Amino acid sequence: MSMLIFEISKPGRRCSTLPKCDVDFVAVPEEFKRNIPMNLPEVAEIDLVRHYTNLSRNAFGVDNGFYPLGSCTMKYNPKINEDVAALKGFTAVHPLQPEETVQGSLEAMHVLGDRLCKITGMDAITLQPAAGAHGEFTGLSMIKAYQLDKGETQRNKLIVPDSAHGTNPASAVMAGFTVVNIPSTPEGTVDIDALKKAVGDDTAALMLTNPNTVGLFEKDIVKIAEIVHNAGGLLYYDGANLNAVMGITRPGDMGFDVTHLNLHKTFSTPHGGGGPGSGPVACKAILAPFLPAPVVTFNNGAYTFAKPAKSIGRVRSFYGNFLVYIRALTYIMSIGAEGIREAAENAVLNANYMMEMLKDSYDVPFGGPCMHEFVLSIERLKKQTGISAADIAKGLVDKGIHPPTMYFPLIVPEALMLEPTETESRETLDNAIRAFKEVYAMAFDNPQALRDAPLTTPVGRPDETTAVRNPILSYTVNN
Amino acid sequence: MSYVPNTLAQREEMLLAMGKTCLEDLFTAIPADVRVDGKLDIPGAQSEIEVLGTLEEMAGKNKVFKTCFRGAGAYRHFIPGVVRHLAGRAEFVTAYTPYQAEMSQGVLQPIFEYQTMICELTGMDVSNAGVYDGASAAAEAVAMFQERKRTKVIVSATVKPMVLETIMTYSTAAGTQPVIISAKNGKTDLAALALALDDTTACFYMEQPNYYGLVEDAQQIADLVHAAGAKLIMGCYPTALAVLKTPAEYGADAAVGEAQPLGMSLAFGGPYLGFMAVKTVDTRRLPGRIAGQTTDKAGRTAYVLTLQAREQHIRREKAGSSICSNQALCALTATIYCAALGKEGLREVADQCCAKAHYAAEQITSVKGYNFTYDGLFFNEFLTDCPVDPEPLLAKLAENDILGGLAIKENGKSGILWCVTEMNTKAEIDRMVSILKEAI
Repeated sequence: MSMLIFEISKPGRRCSTLPKCDVDFVAVPEEFKRNIPMNLPEVAEIDLVRHYTNLSRNAFGVDNGFYPLGSCTMKYNPKINEDVAALKGFTAVHPLQPEETVQGSLEAMHVLGDRLCKITGMDAITLQPAAGAHGEFTGLSMIKAYQLDKGETQRNKLIVPDSAHGTNPASAVMAGFTVVNIPSTPEGTVDIDALKKAVGDDTAALMLTNPNTVGLFEKDIVKIAEIVHNAGGLLYYDGANLNAVMGITRPGDMGFDVTHLNLHKTFSTPHGGGGPGSGPVACKAILAPFLPAPVVTFNNGAYTFAKPAKSIGRVRSFYGNFLVYIRALTYIMSIGAEGIREAAENAVLNANYMMEMLKDSYDVPFGGPCMHEFVLSIERLKKQTGISAADIAKGLVDKGIHPPTMYFPLIVPEALMLEPTETESRETLDNAIRAFKEVYAMAFDNPQALRDAPLTTPVGRPDETTAVRNPILSYTVNN
Repeated sequence: MSYVPNTLAQREEMLLAMGKTCLEDLFTAIPADVRVDGKLDIPGAQSEIEVLGTLEEMAGKNKVFKTCFRGAGAYRHFIPGVVRHLAGRAEFVTAYTPYQAEMSQGVLQPIFEYQTMICELTGMDVSNAGVYDGASAAAEAVAMFQERKRTKVIVSATVKPMVLETIMTYSTAAGTQPVIISAKNGKTDLAALALALDDTTACFYMEQPNYYGLVEDAQQIADLVHAAGAKLIMGCYPTALAVLKTPAEYGADAAVGEAQPLGMSLAFGGPYLGFMAVKTVDTRRLPGRIAGQTTDKAGRTAYVLTLQAREQHIRREKAGSSICSNQALCALTATIYCAALGKEGLREVADQCCAKAHYAAEQITSVKGYNFTYDGLFFNEFLTDCPVDPEPLLAKLAENDILGGLAIKENGKSGILWCVTEMNTKAEIDRMVSILKEAI
């Protein structure tokens, strides 16, 4: 592994410099002055460039290769999005400028908000949340405020299927709810009887992903919505899997009252190695008064900020990850109405194709066509060979493929979850299918090689136990 | 534009290979009555030329000021060219969260470097990998310190309004109404704080410098808070940390803040980056991602996401927070920025901010009626009275390509919160002050 930036530091070396200060120096009084060292690295520009350029070679992005990471929608991130997000008119404006000087930003927010409402079948939107989980917290807080506003103070339970993303129950607790987990059927969908038993006058809402996390569309969604609504609850749509159905069906039409969107998944903004993302929340009119402030409105030929009547408040500073959602707007404008649907259709086509081609070797626990992703189980293979889902994943690393999501959803033992996305060609899928099969064969022919994998990376499998037991979370600089 | 590479012929072949006749065969689970009828009601596809044209025009409707004296939570600092070039590398930009450590060392090592730099800046022991922004960092820190017997949250009225609002939203959702400590002459009222602190208090949140730019009596605050057995969370301006006494030196339990000044453009408010750092004893309370150093079987140094038993994907409803992204690309940007400036460079930025702000303050307050609203030590922001209606005054500055300070009402009086950074020259300050004089 390469040295740390601190280890290539040399006292006195400089990179960026400032013009000479044109006013007199002002000393901070001793009582309020920093009196401990601040050991930031001292490097020349060439050191800096080589260090991070070489590190970038040890990172793997969608631009490097196939990334079928289930639940993450690692689709191609168009380059024009980056160009638009780099326009000075967008990057160099202060968030507290007068409204009349930022009409372009407000227009972009308004147009994007409008299109996202149309895509989701909702009436109003906030672009403020910075990520999907942040959107969940926002949408659930709105539900809570709505129920309280109606005087339904006893509605403190949030129903979540056991197949849900971990963020769902965690966000529910942040929003002050008690989580009621309901089991899935053996087919991987919501257990209607369990749902009927779970709902009551303490139900605030049901939180659901559709298609769900095993890649299946909840075909009883209308019935599910009816059960929850009749009990006085609302429906929250976790938009993580919207890429499967956008342009084909809309959360609003399925009966959902509020949804967050992951612009970094569905709408092609890059993931940046773990953010920045963007998690707008769109809702039906009944929830609009509770949206975070501010929202953008258009009156008398000008865009302006407004505060919804019963707003839950802010969930962060300013208006969200502006340059991220500018990228999403660029994408939606580029591919248009027909492209939205085409993306979903091809995401589903690619997933089904891979599943079909892999199912003669790997076990597919849930039958029928899948949506944009599918789950394989390595449980039987593990019993036969001792090779785990993680071993298969590490074998794929050596084939130049980013492995699928491992050990999720939790309801499938030794799960591998694949989401190829629509931006991969058949050739890429065929190569990947071959690689998956080769790795599968290795489990029988040469299991040790899989246990030793990966061998092509700068490091082998890290010792995670020691990392937890004896945490080293920063470098000790000895200057 | 379309980003689907499969040709129509390939799509047919793939369906055929699966024994399907048409795409519709894959969508049978979606009931007819929830289908979109025809096409979505949004415009059709456009070419790159058209999209660029529309969005360039939109960007052109924004006014980019040549000179800026506005901060209040977002700061215009110089960003060396090398920062954007390196952080913009596609391998970083298009990667996911580093779940597969072996092929993600290039993402993990910079997070480890980032954590080290945050520890160096704040003097604290442990940093997480970053959170959404400064306001949510404060809200997360408040939640992190709430315990069964200590639930009361106290916040100073002198913190940035948006940070306060965010804390309110998070706390209210979780069932706690924060207690606000009033301001006295622009700083936290220590007597009021002493009264509010008790054995049910979880934590106190303050900012150093505060919203008005003033340096708080943080040592007295720290002593009061700790005497009550509560935790002190200090919101910091990272640039100022190069010269001001650090949260660690005051004994703060958590240092949080907005890292936008470390290499991120103003960008109409985002993406920014929140930093969070604590003492070793509170490591496992931290929300979000944390990178750690370990070795592989061959003894080679390796980096991993660690202490994950704190997080939502393991603990689900028992996790303290649902956050799972760390604004990684922003953290990388801050890391490269700090390395590009180095310890001397960041100190020089801080010194210039402080020196130029004091020069500007001297000049502005020499204009009749523009007195300091509050006396006290400041770094690069300060509040003055405004003897004229601020709106036409700021419009006049705007005509001269200057974004003036932020107009705020303080105790019913008009005031202007000014911000000066290394980007402002003496000539700019002088020109701005001459316009103030003309407007009297």
